[in-house]
Amino acid sequence: MSDHHDHHHHEPGGRHQHPPQADHDDSLTYYRKLEIAVRELLIAQGVTTADEIRQLVQDIESRSPEGGARVVARAWTNPEFKALLLQDATTACAGMGFEMALYDVTLTVVENTPDVHNMVVCTLCSCYPRMLLGLPPAWYKSRAYRSRAVREPRAVLREFGLELPERVAVRVHDSTADLRYLVLPMRPAGSDSLTEAQLAALVTRDSMIGTAVLRAHG
Amino acid sequence: MNATANAATSSAPAYIAGERVLVRQVDSPGHIRTPHYIRGKTGTIERFVGFFKNPEELAYGRSGQPVRALYRVRFVQSQVWPDYAGAAGDTLDIDLYEHWLRPEASR
Repeated sequence: MSDHHDHHHHEPGGRHQHPPQADHDDSLTYYRKLEIAVRELLIAQGVTTADEIRQLVQDIESRSPEGGARVVARAWTNPEFKALLLQDATTACAGMGFEMALYDVTLTVVENTPDVHNMVVCTLCSCYPRMLLGLPPAWYKSRAYRSRAVREPRAVLREFGLELPERVAVRVHDSTADLRYLVLPMRPAGSDSLTEAQLAALVTRDSMIGTAVLRAHG
Repeated sequence: MNATANAATSSAPAYIAGERVLVRQVDSPGHIRTPHYIRGKTGTIERFVGFFKNPEELAYGRSGQPVRALYRVRFVQSQVWPDYAGAAGDTLDIDLYEHWLRPEASR
């Protein structure tokens, strides 16, 4: 492996072991042509600008589950914030500095308790609280997850390594409309002495989708 | 599409939390947010969420007016899927617009 080119493994003779990766923009499909045509028309008509589109793409791609983790940690440590979050998550998160205006949806937070485990899916497409979690993982968009999460959620959770006892009700949320759901996971046992920032570091993406729970700390 | 902004232009929602509703069993062409698997099923209004522009209209570049009441409706899993393998308390919450709902009695 050479120093300046460390993503390729080379044979001692310098020959690649694998074919070059396909470029993802190597074919001008019908929908790609359509997107370009519509975008260029919107810009030509003054409806939007190329810079506005660039900014939006940049914003969407800059979001990550760290945002949601900060919100969860604040809810665990601040009862007033938690009450507002469960009642009006869009306002609560805007108050933490999350720019919500780009997302024309109502953010909704559902709380896990010892009796209820929440799990989120969008059977119709891939609706996801992108403002707090970033782009959804590939499995969230897969036909298998979308169809099975509503039909056999406990089997899906088992495949994710989570076996829930019968006494815990599984509540699946199919986000079909103008709401985007974030799960507020239960605070892990043994985390009493941690600061808000330390708590945020414990919160995983999947715990906020509801396909995992947080393990005891320490 | 902001819920509060739209509320002023709408009348009160038709259903309140706890009411039993039936999801209309219709095959409607176009952009629909009511999944097929829940049509014809009966659930309980969990809460009224707000008034939103109608996505079935917005999808075709129209105004989305009149706005529609949106509810979170809760269904018991074993009543949605006859062979459901899970606990009796397992539920499914779906966001449904008012024009897809009927009072249970009208079945």
